[in-house]
Amino acid sequence: MVEHQSPLEPEFHVGSHGNFEHGVEIILTETRPGSIVQLAAWPGEEKRLIAAIRTVTGLALPDGAGGGVSDGVKSVFGFAPGKFTVADEAEGLAAAFAKVVTSAIGTVTDLSHGRTAIRIAGPKAEWVLAKFFAIDFSLPAFPNGAGRSTAHHDVFAQIQRTGADQFDIYVFRSFARSFWKALCHASEEVGYEVQ
Amino acid sequence: MLITCPYCGPRDVIEFTYQGDGNRERPDPASQNFEAWNAYVYDRLNPAGDHNEIWQHSGGCRAHLKVVRNTLTHEISSVAFARGDHGSAARHKAEDKA
Ligand SMILES: [Zn+2]
Repeated sequence: MVEHQSPLEPEFHVGSHGNFEHGVEIILTETRPGSIVQLAAWPGEEKRLIAAIRTVTGLALPDGAGGGVSDGVKSVFGFAPGKFTVADEAEGLAAAFAKVVTSAIGTVTDLSHGRTAIRIAGPKAEWVLAKFFAIDFSLPAFPNGAGRSTAHHDVFAQIQRTGADQFDIYVFRSFARSFWKALCHASEEVGYEVQ
Repeated sequence: MLITCPYCGPRDVIEFTYQGDGNRERPDPASQNFEAWNAYVYDRLNPAGDHNEIWQHSGGCRAHLKVVRNTLTHEISSVAFARGDHGSAARHKAEDKA
């Protein structure tokens, strides 16, 4: 079994940091999914791809752009027309999809080693993320399970809301450490804990 | 300036890349009609008012969009997928409310 290494490691310091004397308002961690896969449907094949996602993961995608769902182990969300990101704690998701998503339906891209998943949670999560991204993080505009594609200083980011005050951010692995450091700095003033 | 992407909803212009004049019609790549190529490469309407443009949501869903922007006011009166309809599942919920 190959041991997973995190690109965040040199900057990943477990414990409380910043202005936490009045309490920790942000929890930062890395979710380290075993699989991260992107799926794309050919035009007109979206429904068959959504059915394939249900077959492989058991997750039923809600209607609408950026719709998504997470059961705490597996997560899926739309990030572009006919395109979806799927993550799983277990490895092997790409191989499972390759059997179901035929070349007539669309494509499967294994990004398990290409993205890093960072989780930000806590009462100030929306507030910290609003410093980074010019999108509406309020619950009515960004419902639970939904995904958003956006960018921070030209670093592309996919964000899924996985709780009332919890977000999972997928960034390029090569930019992950720099993004993580920025996220830590931005969380200092409200006090944060790395877990 | 905000552009309301049909998939992502309203986003800051910084997320978008201008892809040029949306009125151009590209000649057949095999064409040797130099006047048509000249028109495609150089001729622009340059209107003071509504202008058909192609933008890409490069810092978002990466879809190419047909945008009508007023060159005097920056008001955006229309945004649609350049490729046409992506199916009902792709449409942003904000559009349903509008
Ligand atoms: Zn978009």
